[in-house]
Amino acid sequence: MSAEPSAPARGEGALRIVLPIALLALGVLIWDLVVRLKGIPPYVLPGPGLVFATLVSDWPILSESLLVTLVTTFEGFLLAVVGGVGLALVFNLSRVVEYSLYPYAVILQVTPVVAIAPLLLIYLPQQAAVLACAWIVAFFPVLANTTLGLNSVDHNLIDLFRLYGAPRSQVLWRLKLPAALPYILGGMKIAGGLSLIGAVVAEIAAGAAGAGSGLAYRISESGYRLNIPRMFAALVLLSVVGILIYFALSLLSHLLLRRWHESAVEREA
Amino acid sequence: MDGELRKRGTSDGAVSLRDVSKSYANGVVALDRLDLDVRPGEFVSLLGPSGCGKSTALRIIAGLSEPTGGSVVWPQPDTSRRAREIGFVFQEPTLMPWATVAGNVRLPLDLKHIDAATADPRVAAALARVGLADFAGVYPRELSGGMKMRVSIARALVTEPMLLLMDEPFAALDEITRFKLNDDLLLLWQSLSKTVVFVTHSVFESVYLSSRIVVMTPRPGRVFAELAIDAPYPRDHRFRTSAEYGALCRRASEALAAASGGEQ
Repeated sequence: MSAEPSAPARGEGALRIVLPIALLALGVLIWDLVVRLKGIPPYVLPGPGLVFATLVSDWPILSESLLVTLVTTFEGFLLAVVGGVGLALVFNLSRVVEYSLYPYAVILQVTPVVAIAPLLLIYLPQQAAVLACAWIVAFFPVLANTTLGLNSVDHNLIDLFRLYGAPRSQVLWRLKLPAALPYILGGMKIAGGLSLIGAVVAEIAAGAAGAGSGLAYRISESGYRLNIPRMFAALVLLSVVGILIYFALSLLSHLLLRRWHESAVEREA
Repeated sequence: MDGELRKRGTSDGAVSLRDVSKSYANGVVALDRLDLDVRPGEFVSLLGPSGCGKSTALRIIAGLSEPTGGSVVWPQPDTSRRAREIGFVFQEPTLMPWATVAGNVRLPLDLKHIDAATADPRVAAALARVGLADFAGVYPRELSGGMKMRVSIARALVTEPMLLLMDEPFAALDEITRFKLNDDLLLLWQSLSKTVVFVTHSVFESVYLSSRIVVMTPRPGRVFAELAIDAPYPRDHRFRTSAEYGALCRRASEALAAASGGEQ
C-alpha cells in the first residue's frame, strides 16, 4: 500500500524481479562450487547440473506425478473456496448455524493435518483422503476471511439498502459479497499455498503406507531408494508449482481489485 | 413513464412526528415526545448540539429506526408509495467503492429492478443536476470529498423523491467546498421543489439554507424553539455577508445556547 512515485516505481519494480533472480543464481553457483570443490557424492548432495539433468531424464515419471499433485491441489483449493465462501454465507444468514459449527471449523484448523492424514487414509480411498487433507488445510482461511469481509460492510450502506426496501438476497449479492471480495481473495491467496501443502502432507502419509503417485510420494519413494537427484528434482517442481499458484492468485486479485480497492491501486505521489 | 405523477406530487411530500420517543436498551433517551411538522416544499433544519437526537429523528422519518413511542404520520397513509419515497444523504458519502459513479447513482433504480433503458437517462439527468455529467465512469476513490458528496446527493435524487433527508451531509467538508455545495443544494431545492429536512449543528449553515429552523435540546431530544428564516430566495454570498444574516445567526445562536442549557 506504499505510495511510490511513478518513475522510481518502475525502477523499483525491475529491482523486485532482478534481485531475487540474482540471489537465486548466486545460490546455485555456490551450491555448484561447494559440490565440485568438496567432491560431495550425488547420493548426499547432487549438484544443480545433475538435478536439472534428472529433471529432464525423469520427466516422464515426474510429469505424471506432477499432474496428480496438481489435480489434487486444484480440486482441494476449489472445494476450499466453495466450501469456505459457502459456509461463511450460511453463517452470515443464520446465527444458529454459525454458533453451532464455527468451533468445529476451528478445531479442524488447529488439529495438525499430519496427524489426521493417516487416519483419513484408513477410512477413505487414497485419492479421497489426499483431497480431504488438501481441503481441510485450505478451507479455514477462506472461511475466516470471508466471514470477516461479510461483517465489514459499511453500516450506512446497509441502511441505504434497507431504505430502498432491498430484500436479503440483494443485500447479499449487491453489497455484502462485493464488499467481502478483497477479503475472499486474501483468503484464497493463503488457501492456494495451503492446499498444496495439504496435498503433499497426505501424499507423504500415503507414500509411507506404500501407495501413491503424486510428487510428494515420488520424493519419499526416491528417499528410500537413495535417488537423491530425483528427490531434488521433485522438490524443485513442488516449489515451482507453489510459486505459480501464488502468482496466479495475485494476478487474479489484482485484476479484480485494481479499479477500486486501495490494496491494488497504484498511487502517484 | 410517471411524469404526470411527478408533477402533481410536489405538494404531498410532508410528514409529521407525533409524540415520538426513542430510548435505547442502555437507558439513553434520545428523543422524548418530539412533535415535528414538516410542511410541503419547505427547507427545514434540525439544529442542535451533538447527541440531541436530531439524527435519530431523521432515521425515524426514514423508517431506519422504530420509535419506542408515538408515531410518524404521513399525509395520505397508503394512497401512494411515491409520497413516502425518500432520498437520504448520510454524513459520509456512503458510496460503493467497487461501482462507478453511474453505478452508485443507479443503485436505487437497480434495487427496484428498473431496466437500463429507463434507468440510464435518469442516472444521466441526476448526475447532470449535481454537475458530474462527465464523471459517470469514474470510481469514487478518484473523486474529492465534495464530489463524492455530490454523487451521494445525485443518488438520493435519482428516484425523484418528494422528501429529501440530509444528515449533516457537509460536516466533513472544508469551508469553500461546503459553501459551494450549500449554494448548489439551494438551487436544486428551488428548481425541483422538494421538501428537505436538513440536520446540522452549524448555526451559520442552518440560517443560510433554511426556510425554518427547529432548535432541539440535548438528552432527551425535544423541540426547544422554532425560527422562521424569512429572507427571500435565491440566497447567495450577498445574503451570507448581510446584516440580516448576522442578526438571524445571532438569534439562532442564542436559541441554541439556551437549548443546550449551559451544559458545556
